[in-house]
Amino acid sequence: MDFKVLFAIAKTHIFTRIKQSAIAALGVTFGIATFIILVSFMTGLNGLLDGMILNRTPHIHLYNEIVPSKKQPVNLWEKTSKQWSVVSSVKPKQKQSRIYNALPLIEALKKSDDVYGLTAQVSTQAFYTAGTIELNGLINGVNIMQEAKLFNIDDYIIEGEIKDLHQNDNGIIVGAGVAKKMSAKIGDRIQLVSARGGQLSLKIVAIYQSGLAEIDNVQSYANIKTVQQLMGESSNYITDINIKLHDMDKAFPLAKAYERIYNVTAVDIHTANAQFDTGTTIRNIITYAVSITLLIVAGFGIYNILNMFIYEKMNDIAILKATGFSGNDVMFIFISQALILGLVGGVLGLLFGYSASVLIDNIPFVTEALPTVKTYPVNFDSSYYLIGMGFAIVSTFFAGYLPAKKAKSIDPVEILRGQ
Amino acid sequence: MSVIRPSVIRAEGINKIFREPVDFHVLKDISFDIKMGEFVSIMGKSGCGKSTLLYILSTMDTDYTGDLFLNDKMITKDDPTQLARIRNEQIGFVFQFHYLLPEFSVLENVMLPARKLAKKSFEEIEFDAYQVLEMLDIKHIARKKSYRISGGEKQRVAIARALINQPSIIMGDEPTGNLDSKNSDNVLSIFKQLAAEKGLTLLVVTHDLDFAKRTDRIITMGDGRVIDHGFNT
Ligand SMILES: Nc1ncnc2c1ncn2[C@@H]1O[C@H](COP(=O)(O)OP(=O)(O)OP(=O)(O)O)[C@@H](O)[C@H]1O
Ligand SMILES: [Mg+2]
Repeated sequence: MDFKVLFAIAKTHIFTRIKQSAIAALGVTFGIATFIILVSFMTGLNGLLDGMILNRTPHIHLYNEIVPSKKQPVNLWEKTSKQWSVVSSVKPKQKQSRIYNALPLIEALKKSDDVYGLTAQVSTQAFYTAGTIELNGLINGVNIMQEAKLFNIDDYIIEGEIKDLHQNDNGIIVGAGVAKKMSAKIGDRIQLVSARGGQLSLKIVAIYQSGLAEIDNVQSYANIKTVQQLMGESSNYITDINIKLHDMDKAFPLAKAYERIYNVTAVDIHTANAQFDTGTTIRNIITYAVSITLLIVAGFGIYNILNMFIYEKMNDIAILKATGFSGNDVMFIFISQALILGLVGGVLGLLFGYSASVLIDNIPFVTEALPTVKTYPVNFDSSYYLIGMGFAIVSTFFAGYLPAKKAKSIDPVEILRGQ
Repeated sequence: MSVIRPSVIRAEGINKIFREPVDFHVLKDISFDIKMGEFVSIMGKSGCGKSTLLYILSTMDTDYTGDLFLNDKMITKDDPTQLARIRNEQIGFVFQFHYLLPEFSVLENVMLPARKLAKKSFEEIEFDAYQVLEMLDIKHIARKKSYRISGGEKQRVAIARALINQPSIIMGDEPTGNLDSKNSDNVLSIFKQLAAEKGLTLLVVTHDLDFAKRTDRIITMGDGRVIDHGFNT
């Protein structure tokens, strides 16, 4: 193999022009490091927002919306042409907020191949009372372990542990706002009064903070049985079913299908969070646009250096050709020179990018919205490092290709005659 | 001469026309044959086309008509990669200006064509290179960067590089043109020694009649033609 000697020549060229070569390589370093920092931070941020919205939002939410019946009873009566039917004030019954046949429906959904998992909830209006304070609230009866597994509720617990609720039928997890207003802490008892007069005394086992005040000021979680008991309902009383799918992209068609088949209201995650996807896409576009711009600039740096170099090295090229190196050999020398710069610059870029990411990852970042997040979110996914290296190599290859092609076509006779 | 020696390089009806800036017929029907072990010089007035001919013979210039044979094999129609290979393996070229790669050491310069040929290991090539340098009496500068040595030394390095692959023929375009008479003598005796001891074939363009007279024969060119093959001296 004569590649070794070609590499040796490329190496000598680089080392005899070490300053310019270093500057060219640093251009690549800068581009790649910026790419890594940007992409790690941006996707980290995306992940954080995913966490805020996607992780805790069911892909499909089934419930029974309380709407006035489309078929007013008067219309069911006789159709008459000579009379007006004007009674349209028949209101929905309180009972309607439950999902009919919830238990068989849950069984059917669990068997579906599309469904990754689901949780059933009973939610109802209630008053929290402690001493003389009385607060309007919303209590969700849940299987807390399921909620944690599918919708990461445990990420939003700021005090206490969810398993204490799981083990205690008389426990409750209250929103941070609720706890504050009632100056209650873990271990305290609060009274719950349902709209229909049912009453329960529950012990606070944990405190929950979603970051959205309007939720934290009213919401609390108890075991599903407890809430059914408060409402005086049996165990088949279910108001909400939250579904997580294997493939989130199927949410919309499946929601439509469930609505039709099971006669419930079904809302899919895209409809519920339409603005969310757009944000992610735009952040990705910015990241790649900035990085590619930087790499193109770095590529021009390499292109310039090599071009200059080839003008300086005309004699060398002529000698190489006169002593039997082919045009392709010469081209190989200059392309490998570019690639060596790209490789060294790229690896340094990855190292710098990684170090900077580690640094960012350790900067404190405190947000109400995510109590478990303590520092800036950074994504250390190794595939971005591969992409970065790929970028470095591709851009330096192209930067080297044109000057190398020029070197290949240099006519040694012209150079030799020129002397 | 009673022994029939094989042909090393043979030109048959070579014509070359420069198109720029105006048509100029620089080589006209050049034919000659150089046998193995011959030491031939080419003389002629400045501008008569000696360098142009040498570039064609060395396969670097392919823009001509006529046929060129190396070791009785026609190489006129070979493609650039094959020609590069031929230059590497069969032809050693010594220029008037000692063209060396300045950033490489003397040893590396000498080794390059052999490493390109890649028929021997690095160690063997290095050994060969030291031997050639020794023969040319420049072994002591082997490790020096080639831009740090004198003109006469550079010329000898260039000869060493031309010899490293044991080519069929060495061509030189005024290889002593830039040297003082002492160094010029030195190069000439090296050439003569190579021809005598190793049976090397040499073809050298020169303006130095003293130099030319000490070669086996002188091909004289004039106005783009061979006017004397130098057989009757
Ligand atoms: N690229 C070119 N285009 C046009 N004409 C050229 C070109 N190269 C050389 N010539 C002309 O061809 C002729 C022969 O040039 P060449 O260099 O072969 O001469 P030479 O015999 O080597 O002369 P010298 O002894 O001075 O080196 C000259 O008249 C020169 O002007
Ligand atoms: Mg000349």
